[in-house]
Amino acid sequence: MSDTLVKVRDLKIGATVYPPGEKPHDIEIVHGVSFDLAAGKVLGLIGESGAGKSTIGLAAMAYGRGGVRITGGEVWVNGRDILKSGLGDVRKLRGGEVTYVSQSAAASFNPAKKIMEQVTEAAIVQGKFGRKEAEDRARELFAKLGLPDPDNIGERYPHQVSGGQLQRCMTALALCPEPDLVVFDEPTTALDVTTQIDVLKAIKEAIKDTGVAALYITHDLAVVAQVSDDIMVLRMGDTVEYGSVDQIINNPQEDYTKALVSVRSIEHEEKAPTAEPVLSVKNITARYKGTKFDVLHDVSVDLYPGQTLAVVGESGSGKSTLARVITGLLPPREGEISFAGRKLSPDLDGRSLEDLRELQMIYQMADVAMNPRQTVGTIIGRPLEFYFGMRGAEKRKRILELLEEIELGPEFLDRYPAELSGGQKQRVCIARSLAAKPKLIICDEVTSALDPLVADGILKLLLDLQKIEDVAYLFITHDLATVKAISDNIAVMYQGKVQRYGGKTEVLTPPFDDYTDLLLSSVPEMKLGWLEEVIAHRKMESAGN
Amino acid sequence: MGPALKLVVQRVALGLLLLLACSVLIFAGTMILPGDVAQSILGQSATPEALANLREELGVNDPPVQRYFEWLFNALQGDLGTALTNGRSITESIGSRLGNTLFLAFWAAVISVPLAIFLGLLAVRYKDRWPDKLISAVTLASISIPEFLIGYLLMYLVAVKLRWFPSVSMINDTMSLGEKLSAIAIPVAVLTLVVLAHMMRMTRAAILNVMQSAYIETAELKGLNMFQVIARHAFPNAIAPIVNVVMLNLAYLVVGVVVIEVVFTYPGMGQYLVDHVSKRDVPVVQACGLIFAAVYIGLNLIADVVSILSNPRLRHPK
Amino acid sequence: MKNIPVSAMIGLFLTALYFLTALFAPLIAPYGVAEVVGDVWEPSKVEILLGIAPEGFTESDYWLGTDNIGRDLLSRMIYGGRTTIFIATPATIISFTTGSILGFVAAVLGGWFDQVMSRFVDLIMSIPTLIFALVVLSVMPVTIPMLIIVMGLLDATRVYRLARAVAVDISVMDYVEAARLRGEKLAWIVFREILPNALSPLVAEMGLRFIFAVLFVSTLSFLGLGVQPPEADWGGIVKENKDGIIYGIPAALIPAFAIATLAISVNLVADWVLNRTTSLKGGRG
Repeated sequence: MSDTLVKVRDLKIGATVYPPGEKPHDIEIVHGVSFDLAAGKVLGLIGESGAGKSTIGLAAMAYGRGGVRITGGEVWVNGRDILKSGLGDVRKLRGGEVTYVSQSAAASFNPAKKIMEQVTEAAIVQGKFGRKEAEDRARELFAKLGLPDPDNIGERYPHQVSGGQLQRCMTALALCPEPDLVVFDEPTTALDVTTQIDVLKAIKEAIKDTGVAALYITHDLAVVAQVSDDIMVLRMGDTVEYGSVDQIINNPQEDYTKALVSVRSIEHEEKAPTAEPVLSVKNITARYKGTKFDVLHDVSVDLYPGQTLAVVGESGSGKSTLARVITGLLPPREGEISFAGRKLSPDLDGRSLEDLRELQMIYQMADVAMNPRQTVGTIIGRPLEFYFGMRGAEKRKRILELLEEIELGPEFLDRYPAELSGGQKQRVCIARSLAAKPKLIICDEVTSALDPLVADGILKLLLDLQKIEDVAYLFITHDLATVKAISDNIAVMYQGKVQRYGGKTEVLTPPFDDYTDLLLSSVPEMKLGWLEEVIAHRKMESAGN
Repeated sequence: MGPALKLVVQRVALGLLLLLACSVLIFAGTMILPGDVAQSILGQSATPEALANLREELGVNDPPVQRYFEWLFNALQGDLGTALTNGRSITESIGSRLGNTLFLAFWAAVISVPLAIFLGLLAVRYKDRWPDKLISAVTLASISIPEFLIGYLLMYLVAVKLRWFPSVSMINDTMSLGEKLSAIAIPVAVLTLVVLAHMMRMTRAAILNVMQSAYIETAELKGLNMFQVIARHAFPNAIAPIVNVVMLNLAYLVVGVVVIEVVFTYPGMGQYLVDHVSKRDVPVVQACGLIFAAVYIGLNLIADVVSILSNPRLRHPK
Repeated sequence: MKNIPVSAMIGLFLTALYFLTALFAPLIAPYGVAEVVGDVWEPSKVEILLGIAPEGFTESDYWLGTDNIGRDLLSRMIYGGRTTIFIATPATIISFTTGSILGFVAAVLGGWFDQVMSRFVDLIMSIPTLIFALVVLSVMPVTIPMLIIVMGLLDATRVYRLARAVAVDISVMDYVEAARLRGEKLAWIVFREILPNALSPLVAEMGLRFIFAVLFVSTLSFLGLGVQPPEADWGGIVKENKDGIIYGIPAALIPAFAIATLAISVNLVADWVLNRTTSLKGGRG
């Protein structure tokens, strides 16, 4: 095949690990991966964290991050094995033939230099263009990528443009030297969902227009389905499945791929409101101490016993602030909250033990939500002892029951948080809040730090527990798929206000207001051609612009 | 006014305020004492007249606030009072000694700063290899020995055993620069050793911090060579932390000078201060304390101002 | 206690050796601290054994020789170590308890207490420690309790900063917020949530503060403003014997060896304690 640009054969990658209390030793993180990429084509590399996808992407530039080393195999680019090339040749390859777009453009741009200087640097150093030509090409790319004021944006410093814009600048940086291959490493993951769609569109069009080939790395199958020709599914350093995008999405062969394709397809019937709400938030307005503007304006929502209210919005919408107000960490300037028929004191100190017990909270980052010096038994046992005065055998019995409810065995009793996986940690946090026998649990982005399949497990667990314990959830999230999966009622928040509020079906059924339409349509769907459909009928520019 | 300028003005104002507070503290520290100052200065055998005279001279009979402001205003006009022990003007005595001290500190800085930065870079370049390990071992050893012992160690080896340089560092105005430099060679070497370790370690940490940034990876992935990566991307971001390191260590140097001057009987501020502490000559101690504190605060101020000015977010606001 | 690295073992052994010597000095020292036993600056047994003694000397009764007025240097060093360690230890305890308690309270309470304490500490730290100590000692009587208090309180500022920073870092953690939302009392939050996580860096810092106290008291004594004769301490021994250096007599350098080995030993132990902590944080380190 004459048009094969990249040919990877039996690639093996190793790293040195430093586990606590043990001697450092070498492990293999990629176990013999092979693929081909033709000129102008896009290969999606997909997998959960630890799958080795970023490591493989960087291997296409003969680069190992930190202590990572390429230990075996061949990587052919433009007809030569770059793993056997000298350092000088590799430098010609990097930034010339192959370029890189990272997840965090904000960290990847040098804060002390202007954008233009950084975008054109590789092209000039590699001798592809003179300064003038390179700058002209950069401005052309800025325009093509839909950046505002493309003629002058290069004169700004990285911190002077928004996150979505900077991610597009990074794409311009990668395309400027007219490379043969661009490695995109989770380029839209750090962005809000409505911004992601614009960047995704810009990247897709830029790939098409310049005819460059790409390795597109992501954990989100729905995203990669929009831009790729082929997809390789990776798991723990091994290839699970490798095929055309159509085959992977519409006809997956392996169980793991099937699970990834069908993720977030939990069915949950909306429940009708019952008589009295367990939580009633009325006309809350709040601001942080020492600031001059309100982060919440006149917010009112109700939550019924045993049901789930999803509060959804992008970063800065005020959804997490709402949680702080309800828990009493941030007393509101106006408005009031009633809980279980009682009026709640605005600040934490004024609340009764009963109030505190019945209103529990689960955090996004499970590993900092647990004291690293306490065992799972102590963590779950403390609320039992604190609220119910349980001791000894009685407490132990209840802890074991709770462990069983979160599908963990009794052997977890004496483990420390550092010994648990991400999903297990979040389960322990759930058990800790259940131990208090609450009427309401506030779940603050509880699945967003987890891999999709693990997150799915947590959501299913929460739904099951709701049936058993009859507890209500206030579910704060930016992820609409999660919202669809678990909620009875939905409040869409935008710039500190409730934009749309009601039963799930009602909120998710047209006609929409412009923002809700933008938000709902921006959620990537697991089907081919979705991106084009959405772009075609959008009414509003994304908030990130 | 840009945010950077505003912050600089604020920081300078804070520095002045701190200096003022220091002067209060130094003054109060030497005045609010258990028992009688005059008694503790002259000892138990002093005659009542001598005590009364000294009290008069010290102005102990005036209210402390009044005495403080008199002392401060005189000090601001360059009059630091007279020494109790010999009745000479403190300003005059300090004048030439301050020059000598700065001369010593200056040459120590001229040698140690470039050397420390060079060795710090070397430690980064050969991170976790033998040059790095050697440098950190030497660092550990040199922060574990007090300055004055390093002084005697060098004096013993270089001046007494090898006879390269004199063991006593007397200098005066009639000496040529070369003679002066030869006289201070050993103390300069000691001071260099003392600050080198700290400065190297901190430079290493500062550069490593920058080198681990994602934008350095970006630069490497552009195919830049090591020199280009460091010169274009690491260096502009490492200036502020390195200047900070240098300033903190110069401040440290100023204190190290005190002890080293005693070791080499060098006619500077440090020896003047130590001499008069043991003679309990309070006005001299106050004056020297104030000057050392001012230099120390000033150097810390410069460090902060440099890091404000080199922060691109503050220099180029949105 | 199984996985102690060799360096920490050596550190622990030497530190213990120094402390035991200090404790049992009168039993170990061959002569009295102020006892004149021989001529001025007699060469040491060590020098004779190594063959580096001045010409004409073939034997010596004194392992480290004699000092500037003919006292046995080994005995002076042993008693000197006792004085140095007996000053440095209580000074460290004072700096550590005052500094860490105030730092913790400031971090947890916040508000005006934190503001007042932190600004005051900033002020004290804006004057170099040695200069400040000299200013204070110029008017205070130089006695051992006074030295301990001055050193302890001046150094407490550094411990305060560290303790406050560590406690502030921990108190913004979600698990502390979770404890507050549960309704836990201040005592539980400080002793059960914050303290166990702050202990190791603080213990490591205690080692560093101890070294600093040893160096500091030696420096003061060397300047003649610390331990007063005829009491011996390591800094004082340097001061007494420094004139010998010019005649090639290395007596004044012996304390350098003692101070450096003690400091390095404590440093090795502190390093180990600190590394143990970071590795306990598991995957997040």
